[in-house]
Amino acid sequence: METPIIKTEELRFSYTGAEGGTPLVLDGVDLEIAPGSFVAVLGHNGSGKSTLAKHLNAILLPAGGKVYVAGMDTAEEEKLLDIRRTVGMVFQNPDNQIVANVVEEDVAFAPENLGVPSEGIRKRVDEALKAVGMSEYATHAPHLLSGGQKQRVAIAGVIAMRPKCIVMDEPTAMLDPVGRQEVMETVKSLNRWYGMTVVLITHHMDEAAQAGRVVVMSQGKIILDGPPKAVFSRVDELEAVGLAAPDTVELCRQLNREGGLSLPLDCLDVETCAQALYSLLAQRQRA
Amino acid sequence: MDPILETRQLTHVYSPNTPFEHGALLGVDLAVYPGETLGIIGRTGSGKSTLIQHLNGLLKPTSGQVLLHGSDIWASKEATRAARFQVGLVFQYPEYQLFEETVYQDIAFGPKNMSLDKDEIDRRVREAAAFVELPEDVLQTSPFELSGGQKRRVAIAGVIAMEPSVLILDEPTAGLDPAGVERILANLQAYHNSKNATIIIVSHSMEEMARTVDRLVVIHNGAIPLQGAPGEVFAHESELENMGLGIPQITRVFHRLRAMGAEVDPSVYTVEQARRAILAALGKGAE
Repeated sequence: METPIIKTEELRFSYTGAEGGTPLVLDGVDLEIAPGSFVAVLGHNGSGKSTLAKHLNAILLPAGGKVYVAGMDTAEEEKLLDIRRTVGMVFQNPDNQIVANVVEEDVAFAPENLGVPSEGIRKRVDEALKAVGMSEYATHAPHLLSGGQKQRVAIAGVIAMRPKCIVMDEPTAMLDPVGRQEVMETVKSLNRWYGMTVVLITHHMDEAAQAGRVVVMSQGKIILDGPPKAVFSRVDELEAVGLAAPDTVELCRQLNREGGLSLPLDCLDVETCAQALYSLLAQRQRA
Repeated sequence: MDPILETRQLTHVYSPNTPFEHGALLGVDLAVYPGETLGIIGRTGSGKSTLIQHLNGLLKPTSGQVLLHGSDIWASKEATRAARFQVGLVFQYPEYQLFEETVYQDIAFGPKNMSLDKDEIDRRVREAAAFVELPEDVLQTSPFELSGGQKRRVAIAGVIAMEPSVLILDEPTAGLDPAGVERILANLQAYHNSKNATIIIVSHSMEEMARTVDRLVVIHNGAIPLQGAPGEVFAHESELENMGLGIPQITRVFHRLRAMGAEVDPSVYTVEQARRAILAALGKGAE
């Protein structure tokens, strides 16, 4: 089998320091992520999902257990630069991630720091802006862009380093619906057309539903892991850990419970839900 | 019924007489009625934040009026000051504005500025804390030791402690997980019910608005193109989409069902309404 781009073994962490410190924010996480995949990590506030994300490019180091990035142990200090080149991070607030006064200079910041020669930087910046659909804003001032545009510039800044994997910690939390959609389209295209591994930390079910695999965290542990349809149909377990299924799934569940029906619980989008309800209604009308 | 709060031909121009001149509000007429829960929706940059900052006198109109109980809040210094106490404003991410040493002191900051006596301040702090479900033992801890959701509730309590008759909240649930969202909405409902307060919520989330507010006002390009009961507003699907806003997922399912030829009520906008509508269509509505 191909080496996983990310692998955690028995990962434990506590903000109070040494192993055995309390409370354990991560309590034995075993996770393997295959290169080229798109994985959403879902969890309520305080479930440990952001702490997990920060272990994936050695911002935090394990208190117990191991984290491997493309086979490199994140605890080995001499590997740090290679690890950070392999896995890039995007955070919640775009305003905290933009450093320059011109969009293309901002995107050039990381490759400059990596010592890439200037013609190489030019090429990388142009490619990165193209990948996030922001080429026409290359010479604009970042502070005049919308939230969604700023976040796409922040993403371009990370992909200009050409990482194999990009980890995003709630990249849409501060954006309006249009901004969220812009960022989600960018994320999907990076995965689909550029083959980049994407780890998306979120508590939006509709975003997680767009991933190939959903990992649900609660109290520092992985409690569910599988394709979106399989995970979201376990509505009771999601609710028990403070999450909620999309309204379409919730509707089908309530109809099953109160109407004695047996609708499928994997209607993650409007179209599937409407189809399921339509065939139900048509069936009854014929009967 | 007379409005508690009203704007007449409210216009606000940022940076007038400069090349950056920008009209954020253009002749807005808004009426807010006592005891209602009003939702304001609009894209980033639509003018909604500018509007709410006028409602308690943080911004002064370029032209037009803001009336509280029928009198202009800019008529005198006293009137402006009274408006700031009677209309409470909770900003986006208010947890970043906490600054006191203890939760108690932070909540007490507003009432202290109202020159109330010590017993009254104490009563208000404890009552406000109860509204947002902060346990007594949290009051003496530092606000910086709390979780994100708790911090936000402390910040909201700080405004509730001033006992405003109109409570305005800008994106009160942004960045919270589903359980955190439910909790804040329930807390606001409790304050509303107990004090018969008017609540104004600004949000991007149509699902959340759909089940929380009595009436919706849509802001777009500094004007109000649509307002009314949620069902009426959500009937304008394509107009809302053109404004960069969506409609609740459930409403889209029902619009889709209609398009397929099913006879269902298109003004459905919550899961509960949807469940009843489908059960009724199946002839199971009676029980």
